[in-house]
Amino acid sequence: MSKFSGLGGRLYRGETSVDFIGKRRRWYAFSGVLILASAIALSVSGLHLGIEFKGGSAFTVTKTDISVTDAQAAVAATGIAGETIIQKIGTNKVRVQTGALSVADSNAIQDALAAKFGITTDSIDTQIVGPSWGKEITRKALYGLFGFLIVVLLYLAMAFEPKMAIAAIIAVIHDVFITVGIYALVGFDVTPATVIGFLTILGYSLYDTVVVFDKVRENTRTITSTSKMTYSQAANLAVNQTLVRSFNTSLIALLPVGSILFVGAGLLGAGTLKDLSLALFIGLATGTYSSIFIATPILARLREREPAMQALSKRVSTRSTTPASSATKTAEGAPVATVATMEKRGPRNQPKRDRRR
Amino acid sequence: MSTSFSGSSRTQKTSSRPGRTLAILALVLVALLAAVFIQSATSIKLGLDLRGGTSVTLQPRLAPGESGKVTNEAIDQAVSIIRQRVNSLGVAESEVTAQGSGVNRQIVISVPGDTGRRVVDLVGQTAELRFRQVLVSGAPGATAAGTAPATPPAGVSAATNATYAALDCTQASNRQGTGSDKATDIIVGCDRNGASKYILAPAEVLGRQVSKASAAINQTTGSGWYVLLTFDDSGTKAFGALTTRVTTLTPPANEVAIVLDGLVVSAPRINEAITSGSAQITGSFTQIEAEDLANVLKYGALPLAFDRGEVQQISPTLGADQLHAGLLAGFLGLFLVVLYSLLYYKGLGVVSVGSLLIAGSLAYMLFLLLGKWIGFTLTLAGIAGAIVAIGITADSFIVYFERVRDEVREGRSLRSAVETGWIRARRTIIVADFVSMIAAALLYLFAVGGVRGFAFTLGLTTLIDLIVVFAFTKPILTVLARINFYSSGHALSGLSAKNLGIIPTAVPSSVKEA
Repeated sequence: MSKFSGLGGRLYRGETSVDFIGKRRRWYAFSGVLILASAIALSVSGLHLGIEFKGGSAFTVTKTDISVTDAQAAVAATGIAGETIIQKIGTNKVRVQTGALSVADSNAIQDALAAKFGITTDSIDTQIVGPSWGKEITRKALYGLFGFLIVVLLYLAMAFEPKMAIAAIIAVIHDVFITVGIYALVGFDVTPATVIGFLTILGYSLYDTVVVFDKVRENTRTITSTSKMTYSQAANLAVNQTLVRSFNTSLIALLPVGSILFVGAGLLGAGTLKDLSLALFIGLATGTYSSIFIATPILARLREREPAMQALSKRVSTRSTTPASSATKTAEGAPVATVATMEKRGPRNQPKRDRRR
Repeated sequence: MSTSFSGSSRTQKTSSRPGRTLAILALVLVALLAAVFIQSATSIKLGLDLRGGTSVTLQPRLAPGESGKVTNEAIDQAVSIIRQRVNSLGVAESEVTAQGSGVNRQIVISVPGDTGRRVVDLVGQTAELRFRQVLVSGAPGATAAGTAPATPPAGVSAATNATYAALDCTQASNRQGTGSDKATDIIVGCDRNGASKYILAPAEVLGRQVSKASAAINQTTGSGWYVLLTFDDSGTKAFGALTTRVTTLTPPANEVAIVLDGLVVSAPRINEAITSGSAQITGSFTQIEAEDLANVLKYGALPLAFDRGEVQQISPTLGADQLHAGLLAGFLGLFLVVLYSLLYYKGLGVVSVGSLLIAGSLAYMLFLLLGKWIGFTLTLAGIAGAIVAIGITADSFIVYFERVRDEVREGRSLRSAVETGWIRARRTIIVADFVSMIAAALLYLFAVGGVRGFAFTLGLTTLIDLIVVFAFTKPILTVLARINFYSSGHALSGLSAKNLGIIPTAVPSSVKEA
């Protein structure tokens, strides 16, 4: 632990530095592949929508030594047509999921299951969603998603510099895409709880970005007057300085979410807890990734295009090349560079050793 | 806890009175605790998914172009009709509420306990107002067994006649609106108040053919309330034909029953053929009775049919399982966060554990009180929201602690680091919590049913996080910064040079970047 704390100090002073911005093409390529895979998965298999969205019924019977075959026989005996999915949850539960049923049909299935397993119909946990209700839920979920994105966009535009807002939004859209892609790829069920968890995590992913951007703003406030660092370098230092914080906040947020997922998926099998925490878990991971690897590099690129920042970058590079730099070239591919080279085009993350505090 | 301390010149405002802030927080906590006891709010209200029960969401079923029919009044009337039905189950804490807005209004019925299908059957039926000619009427009690029923009038089957004879309208259970009556059938029914029972002819005029209904008082006498009703074109014809036919018949066949939900609301005698499309119902009405009848005619006239949108039936066993799972996840999550804080932040971790405890007790007391005040119920999703909030709350401390540690790395003393770090962390924490609040507010607006609880607890706990960071974490750190254990950078304080990675010679405290 203390060794790791020491790393925090080194990261803060820029002695140890990960070149997030210089290697941005690598992260972009990585994300690009993920987004492509998401798009393919989405178009090929689509999302597995829960019965809340498409309408349908689910009956869960709890009884020791229950078997799927018995449940299958009971449902088949009712002669109700349509696709049914019967699965075992944990050791003593069987869940029967059907398409949209009429009142009479759903009662018939309840009766059949109750008779087969010798229980009362009231002890069967039942969820019935009408098809029009499913449409309503879907509509609300989409409104929620778009409403959220618009409000967040407005808020960020007000709270941040416009370019920070753009970078943050790109990162959020990136997160949306990848999370949806993972759901399509793995085939997890999408329920209202998933959507809620997902929207929450969009908020959280922004929280991470807010923390990093705050530091970027602080580091870049005086760069034009001091001419010690380019915008990219200052931004990269900010990412490194907040790295421990980002890691800690994400981990701390992940611990409770992980326990919900563990309990929800492990003990309860299916339901609100699992759906919520799975979306949170996946979103948290992509959110942390994007605020470091996507949002800040994009911001740096956007700002570097400004004439003032290009002029700054010229001044910085002349200042640093005049005294013969004894920088060692790091091995290609090693993300951690203890001493970074100063190139004309590839803005590096840290000031020269002799100028460091 | 002296209150005389004042920080460095930059930070006077925030650091001046840590003792006072802490004292105010303590007062607030005591006040909340007192409120809990005074209100005797000793247990959190649990949602149906945690204690078992049935919830049914009903959606108005509309033919195209009928969207205007979903009015507030129509929904209110439907809610009160359904509430009557649900109350007949006699289950305590049953709730019938309207949610949503515009044409997307829904009625949500929640009944705790093991009542499953009865609730679903009971509330799913349509209430429609119908006018039926009375064929037979009589005293409400059942005819004694063995006594032969009276000879049925023409058109009434022997079976119907027997059902009529056996019907006991003095029993409240027989006076539940079942809504199972078909408009085209001859039916047997009770008076709404159990005053008499009837055999009724098929419906000839329907509620939707009533265009207006109101209660009015006889202007000349100043007493004697009556109900005025007006029919639309088709209603005028149908009601004209009905009244023309029955007015000359012998009682009770000259009465027309107003039937809602299978129950006879009123059965006025027809004095004359009414072909003008506007009728008066007179009787010895009180004002309230007249208004009630007018309401039934007016709102019953709106044939709001409902579809079962969603039915959720959770057995008490599953409810208990979910409650246990939720609590287990909560304790596990809290334990891991506390463990990590202590391992990583050592002495500072104690501050974060303390802050979490304060936040936890605030949240618990607010859950108790809000249950009393606004009927807040804790659902499984709500528990999940609270657990997720543990992480968000702890995040605020980390943002602050890391800031303080950064400031110490810059060479500041702990005392001034606590203050300058706060100024910088404060902004980040406010912005970040604000984003969380936006998320929670929007989720609350757009979410339906159970998941709403998630948004509510998330929003509430984010607010608590802000309060705790401002009123506890910061002041306590100001106080602790004066204690040697922390300010000297003890190995276990979480602020030691080794922890921070400070190499003393490399960081001359005088040099600082602007």
